[in-house]
Amino acid sequence: MSLGVAEVAKIAHLARLAVRAEDAPAYARNLSAILELVEQMNAVDTTGVAPMAHPLDMAQRLRPDEVAEPEQRALFQAIAPRVEAGLYLVPKVIE
Amino acid sequence: MNSPTPVALYQRTIAQLSAGLTAGEFSSEELTRALLDRIERNNPQLNAFITVTAEAALAQARAADQRRSQGHAGPLTGIPIAHKDIFCTQGVRTSCGSRMLDRFIAPYNATVVERLNAAGTVMLGKTNMDEFAMGSSNETSFYGPVRNPWDLNAVPGGSSGGSAAAIAARLTPGATGTDTGGSIRQPAALCGITGIKPTYGRVSRWGMIAYASSLDQGGPMARTAEDCALLLAAMAGFDPRDSTCVDQPVPDYVARLNQPLAGLKIGLPKEYFGEGLDSAVAAVVETAIAEYRRQGAETIEISLPNSQLAIPAYYVVAPAECSSNLARFDGVRYGHRCENPKDLLDLYTRSRAEGFGAEVQRRILVGTFALSAGYYDAYYLKAQQIRRLISDDFRRAFEQVDVIAGPTSPTVAFNLGEKVDDPITMYLSDIYTIAVNLAGLPGLSLPAGLVGQRPVGLQLIGNYFAEHRLLNVAHRYQQVTDWHNRIPTGF
Repeated sequence: MSLGVAEVAKIAHLARLAVRAEDAPAYARNLSAILELVEQMNAVDTTGVAPMAHPLDMAQRLRPDEVAEPEQRALFQAIAPRVEAGLYLVPKVIE
Repeated sequence: MNSPTPVALYQRTIAQLSAGLTAGEFSSEELTRALLDRIERNNPQLNAFITVTAEAALAQARAADQRRSQGHAGPLTGIPIAHKDIFCTQGVRTSCGSRMLDRFIAPYNATVVERLNAAGTVMLGKTNMDEFAMGSSNETSFYGPVRNPWDLNAVPGGSSGGSAAAIAARLTPGATGTDTGGSIRQPAALCGITGIKPTYGRVSRWGMIAYASSLDQGGPMARTAEDCALLLAAMAGFDPRDSTCVDQPVPDYVARLNQPLAGLKIGLPKEYFGEGLDSAVAAVVETAIAEYRRQGAETIEISLPNSQLAIPAYYVVAPAECSSNLARFDGVRYGHRCENPKDLLDLYTRSRAEGFGAEVQRRILVGTFALSAGYYDAYYLKAQQIRRLISDDFRRAFEQVDVIAGPTSPTVAFNLGEKVDDPITMYLSDIYTIAVNLAGLPGLSLPAGLVGQRPVGLQLIGNYFAEHRLLNVAHRYQQVTDWHNRIPTGF
């Protein structure tokens, strides 16, 4: 599958990446080449083959629903870009 | 008393250093100082370390010496190592080779770091890597490329290129690495050292920054299989904090190193010796396999018929998982944040575009596309089905043979800049390593020779949880060859 600049812009929006207009053609070329590579998979008929999500086909292990981690809010706030009064600051969302 | 000049400390393997510490020949503090000096002198030309933690290393070394004087020493007490900068280290910058995390001070230790700390190792610093482990040459690092000690114009491989180069240049006797598609084995091959990617689930991924969670696996890198055995013994084991970590006893890797090879069945996949393999690399690998026959092993030609589909399937599965994992970098709670965002969307999109490099953005875009409505079945589901076929190929092969052998990489190290503009050519560098990750099997690379001045790696692939066998098979080879003792000129 070959992707154009418009498709790159749409995927970039879904991925929340600000791709500059001047970089879009190069991304379109690279992405199309990568898709061409992965489409070699189509040479094989996989009808009825069970998809493999985990190398050991294991089920997700569950643990008791109990508090397992200590409260470390101050530590985590210390590495945040902008905080105030224990809150993480972002641009205004609701007018 | 006339004793021969002792071998310089930096030339010694972990096993030799451990014996020296036990005999009281030197202290961990002396050893650590010697290595920190070497890093200071040699790192500027190699760029193998992103961060050197000299003061903390000396404090850890003194604590190790004290424990030893109190009679509480294990085999790794006081042994200096380096950690790939993908492992969270409390209070120390953990960048993952990215501008996104350039100022990220990890608030906790990865389980692997905790376990190695508990075993008494001393951390010299954090090693350079491809950004978020996405690369095969170490050229995608925000901190600049690492150079290969064997030839400063060559790449060290990637993504654990800093760890591999630091070991090859004798700046550290061992290091941690991670391997999602070959990132321990390929740089180990290109730098002439030994590295093992364990079975998926053998080593905890907790605190190891995620790239592709169903493929990522941490493992040790060192000069010899024996040293890898010592490190893996400390790293492996169940961790309730990683829901995919396997609760299974860890065998005594060191005790099983010397098992004789008579009767060992080695499978040689015909797909690993065909088109695309450099003929000089093939000759080195054939010579290594002949050595195994001399030791009593039997070689059997096998087929892994879906091998050529490994790269296509990987470049769907890995980007899909990466697009999901890297969604957490949003400029809000940690990591890079753009200046003056005008709204929330602008904050997300600019923080991410500024924080991630080109290769990371490419893989996020590919993964986002593959998972998007209308394309999921054709790409992601198809890739997971191919993954099953690849895994079944190995399952059938291991009914016939004990281990599989072949080249780690189709060529020796390529030149810096040679493949940087062509992602597809770069991807093909991992043609023999990627299938192992898709199947979740353990794989090891050991030095088997040189082409010109550039090393060649022999890859050994084992059945699930057969790390002890791979280490044993590699160790026996290293008892009768000296490729692992070769030192790059100038180091």
